[in-house]
Amino acid sequence: MKFHTTDYFKPSRPFNADDVLFTFNRMLDKDQPFRKAYPTEFPYFTDMGMDKNIAKVEKLDEHTVKFTLNDVDAAFIQNLAMSFASIQSAEYADQLLKQGKPADINQKPIGTGPFVFSKYQKDAQIRFKGNKDYWQPDDVKIDNLIFAITTDASVRMQKLKKNECQVTLFPRPADIEPLKADKNLQMPHQAGFNLGYIAYNVMDKVKGSNEPNPLAQLKVRQALDMAVDKQKIIESVYQGAGQLAVNAMPPTQWSYDSTIKDAPFDPEKAKQLLKEAGIKDGTEITLWAMPVQRPYNPNAKLMAEMLQSDWAKIGIKAKIVSYEWGEYIKRSKGGEQGAMLIGWSGDNGDPDNWLGTLYGCDAVDGNNFSKWCYKPYDDLIKQAKATPDQAKRTELYKQAQHILKEQVPITPIAHSTVYQPMSAKVKGFKISPFSLNAFYGVSVDQ
Amino acid sequence: MLSFIARRLGLLIPTFFGITLLTFALIRLIPGDPVEVMMGERRVDPEMHAQAMERLGLNKPLPAQYLDYVGKLAQGDLGESLRTRESVWREFMTLFPATLELAMAALLFAGIVGLLAGVIAALKRGSLFDHGVMGLSLAGYSMPIFWWGLILIMFFSVSLGWTPVSGRIDLLYDIEPKTGFMLIDTLLSDEEGSFKDAVMHLILPAIVLGTIPLAVIARMTRSSMLEVLREDYVRTARAKGLSPARVVFVHGLRNALIPVLTVFGLQVGTLLAGAVLTETIFSWPGIGKWLIEAIGARDYPVVQNGILLIACLVILVNFVVDILYGLANPRIRHQR
Repeated sequence: MKFHTTDYFKPSRPFNADDVLFTFNRMLDKDQPFRKAYPTEFPYFTDMGMDKNIAKVEKLDEHTVKFTLNDVDAAFIQNLAMSFASIQSAEYADQLLKQGKPADINQKPIGTGPFVFSKYQKDAQIRFKGNKDYWQPDDVKIDNLIFAITTDASVRMQKLKKNECQVTLFPRPADIEPLKADKNLQMPHQAGFNLGYIAYNVMDKVKGSNEPNPLAQLKVRQALDMAVDKQKIIESVYQGAGQLAVNAMPPTQWSYDSTIKDAPFDPEKAKQLLKEAGIKDGTEITLWAMPVQRPYNPNAKLMAEMLQSDWAKIGIKAKIVSYEWGEYIKRSKGGEQGAMLIGWSGDNGDPDNWLGTLYGCDAVDGNNFSKWCYKPYDDLIKQAKATPDQAKRTELYKQAQHILKEQVPITPIAHSTVYQPMSAKVKGFKISPFSLNAFYGVSVDQ
Repeated sequence: MLSFIARRLGLLIPTFFGITLLTFALIRLIPGDPVEVMMGERRVDPEMHAQAMERLGLNKPLPAQYLDYVGKLAQGDLGESLRTRESVWREFMTLFPATLELAMAALLFAGIVGLLAGVIAALKRGSLFDHGVMGLSLAGYSMPIFWWGLILIMFFSVSLGWTPVSGRIDLLYDIEPKTGFMLIDTLLSDEEGSFKDAVMHLILPAIVLGTIPLAVIARMTRSSMLEVLREDYVRTARAKGLSPARVVFVHGLRNALIPVLTVFGLQVGTLLAGAVLTETIFSWPGIGKWLIEAIGARDYPVVQNGILLIACLVILVNFVVDILYGLANPRIRHQR
């Protein structure tokens, strides 16, 4: 397999184990020469715990490397398929060090893929050319691949309609029907590998308040959960482009337990549960609504308003709170929220990327926005992560999903359907479950 | 005249420091730091966070950070973007020609149409045309830019197919940015049809961005013209038997232009502010879009120095306008 030949780099050798060593040692070792010359952090690598878990990486021969881990990690191989672990050319890095231009590793990338970087114009476009030396030449059917940076969703759709571009992404829910009706376009779609949910802060006291937090009680969470009219939300917020979520991860994720059922929508029973929990009519909680649109939640404000009205019917007064996105995340990691809207798109297809990353005790200061640390659950997912056998892992994850459903740290709302509008002339495009846009094997009819 | 210029220059120094302090403080008042914003929903490892903050120099106390910032400014160092690690100056100079080209086209459009409409409205005071121009300019002034841009795209680009939807040039052209001004670069390139394509791309954004200045200039020209046309010297010119065109354009408009000139200067600020929205709608790669994204990403050096550079530009333009105004109107020069 060859690295790209460009006007700024001409590889003298094919891809080999030295490149893998360079890539991982750069992420592992702060004193690695390239990292010293161009200091940077590797947040995904750290977030996956790889910095702590990889003991060493060794070259066995030209085409074999050996990773030694401190602990068994069944998700390790899946994690290696994520973008941050893309292999960099050690030879190119050497050249950049000698030239004193290490920053070019980001600005002028070199890889082995089907398209070769050719030009970047800030905020305007990124141009690639088809890679004639690609190891699977049949996959390269486009000579020029251009990404036109267009941030506004309505403008993107107008460009597509006028054939100024051939593939686009993230249509607004309201645009989906008109786009489907356009004969010059096609609209492939796929159940999204994502989940939009309500996270209930289960801390005894919400940060910054001296009052006891009603959401710390299981009965209150159960009541709120069964008072949510999910079907209505799917119709209004997702405008039909969503699938009702029951579980804490999407049904396409292996180890998903399809025997788990939602508590039936039952406001009367919810009122009863609140009474048993000693919650007075008109009790106030905060409901945080995201200020941004995400694939898992196209309109958090509307969703919050619908939840507010659902919960008002059982006597819970939800005060909608919203902050600028950076602030929203920071404050909620600190635990200032009551109930909050959030979600996740899968990174790598491993169940731990949901059940561990979002609801595990290790994530309480991070993505575990419920601040829910429940030992029986945590023991199961830790054990599963250290179990290499997939059948055994599946069993453990299924048990964990049952516990999670019973303890209600979250109410799953929906998995949004991903729509990818494109010209009818585009052939061979596949929607990636990981929200990537890959152009392997894609062609455009003239 | 020299003391007038010196007085004006003297005012620039505190203004300049005021801006540095304001931008420095404002961006830091928005909660969340660059590392946290970059991580979004993900967990931020405290150790990695501390490392990154140290590398970016953001772990020091605020007064020390401000002194660092001003110290670097004094040496002409605008720092580098936290996200792209490119020098802020280089990024600004890459993107600024796009904004300048758009702003100049918008000002040209607003100036020509605004002056003409204002003069005719003044001459035909009370007529249907006059009421029409004033009504339209009020509507133009109050129009939300975002909505106006999308309406024009839907009508001219999608329904009629006359203009392209967005961008500076069709993606089929690969124009080497030599000057950064697309109109000039396309003329220098040998790609056939690229200049015309660049002009077509410029039309809608220039109209959208020029709408508010157009409205202001038309109204200002009208009222200033009406005042001048009532002056004794205009009556004298008419009595001398000069042609109506000469009376209007030489004796009338020339004098009526003095207040309009100030408005032109003030509109530079409006244009740069409007560019933020216009560039977002039309995917125009200029400094407006750049700053919006930098604010979202808490890219402190870009926000601080980007705003500083724009502020300097606005100050400079208004300074030049002040001087021109002083030259044209001696009464201003002698005021203390």
